[in-house]
Amino acid sequence: MGRAKLPRKSTSIDMTAMCDVAFLLLSFFILTTKFKPAEAIAVTTPNSVAAKVADTKDIVLITIDKDGKVFLSMDDESKKEIIANTLNSTKNLGLNVQAFKKAGFYGAPFSGLAAFLSIPEEARKGGALPGIPAKDSTNSEIREWMSLVLTAYAGQKANIQLKGDNAAKYPAFKTVIDAFKKNDILKFQMITNPESIPVGSELWKSAMKGEKRTE
Amino acid sequence: MAEMDTSGGGGHKKGPGVKKSKKLSTRVDLTPMVDLGFLLITFFIFTTTMSQPTAMKLFLPKDADKPEDQNKAKESGVITILLGKDDHVFYYEGQLDNSASNFKSSTFKEIRNVLLDKKARTPEKDLVVVLKPSEECTYRNVVDILDEMAVNVLKRYALVDISDIETKLVKASEAANAAAPAK
Repeated sequence: MGRAKLPRKSTSIDMTAMCDVAFLLLSFFILTTKFKPAEAIAVTTPNSVAAKVADTKDIVLITIDKDGKVFLSMDDESKKEIIANTLNSTKNLGLNVQAFKKAGFYGAPFSGLAAFLSIPEEARKGGALPGIPAKDSTNSEIREWMSLVLTAYAGQKANIQLKGDNAAKYPAFKTVIDAFKKNDILKFQMITNPESIPVGSELWKSAMKGEKRTE
Repeated sequence: MAEMDTSGGGGHKKGPGVKKSKKLSTRVDLTPMVDLGFLLITFFIFTTTMSQPTAMKLFLPKDADKPEDQNKAKESGVITILLGKDDHVFYYEGQLDNSASNFKSSTFKEIRNVLLDKKARTPEKDLVVVLKPSEECTYRNVVDILDEMAVNVLKRYALVDISDIETKLVKASEAANAAAPAK
């Protein structure tokens, strides 16, 4: 009874499999995308031709917002604990160590730090906070912060990063640099947005020749 | 996979007199959906790599307490760039004249040519760019001018504090520029 039946072949291809693959990839990309955490401090960074991607581990980030207020954030909780304990013992601030560890950033003078930590995390918004005093060079608490950070890291490599707002004035930047210098931090990174190298410039020419850039 | 057998494969015959309704296929053309899927994929790929922030490295010199320890630079090879308010740029070569006759005004666009010109005229080992941001300039200006150093491959530059005379000159020039705009 084997009747050979010649099937009529259709030219349309079954798209289901391809569709599956496309959406699988799509969901993969959506899920692996790290969403930018809602920033408590609004900062628009300037552009630069620097091509090196900023480090993401062991960072100590100093943020300067558009009013020149200075904030500090770190990612290593064990180091934060050391700092909190040091502050409690040397300055008697009575800080809640757990709250200090969980805080995403710090932006208050030492005297107001306990009050700062009592504010719920979501309510800490850059604009309303006092920031770390850094305006005048005589009473720059950022310098003390940096030395605290350095003692906490004690010889380990900390990636010091500086993120400034386009509109921040130079004096704020300068006091931060001075604080770095005083603590012998002579190497740091400035967070910027990438920008293409202007065509025809010297750097462009050397890049065309395939020379490696010295950052 | 998730397909319905709609071919019927014979099915059962409808009785006579029953009008044969045309069988509609339940298959949907998935091509536009695939298109959309890949479009979204490309969008996500591009946006994720674009927003990666980059880091610009800056090396600070150690503060030299004694003047003897400070680096010496040949006067002929020095160009000083001053950053003023509202993206104004000023520069002078060598030492500042008493009458400030070599004090020139520029912009962020033109400064590249000035720097390239200076670079072409000076032996490489003598060339030093001194950057003096004033109190009024923004962080963006500083990063821009540091970027300019990178773009023009100028290896030796320094961020230096502005002096009082220079502050006054910058202020005066800005006032003059404001009085006579539309250059």
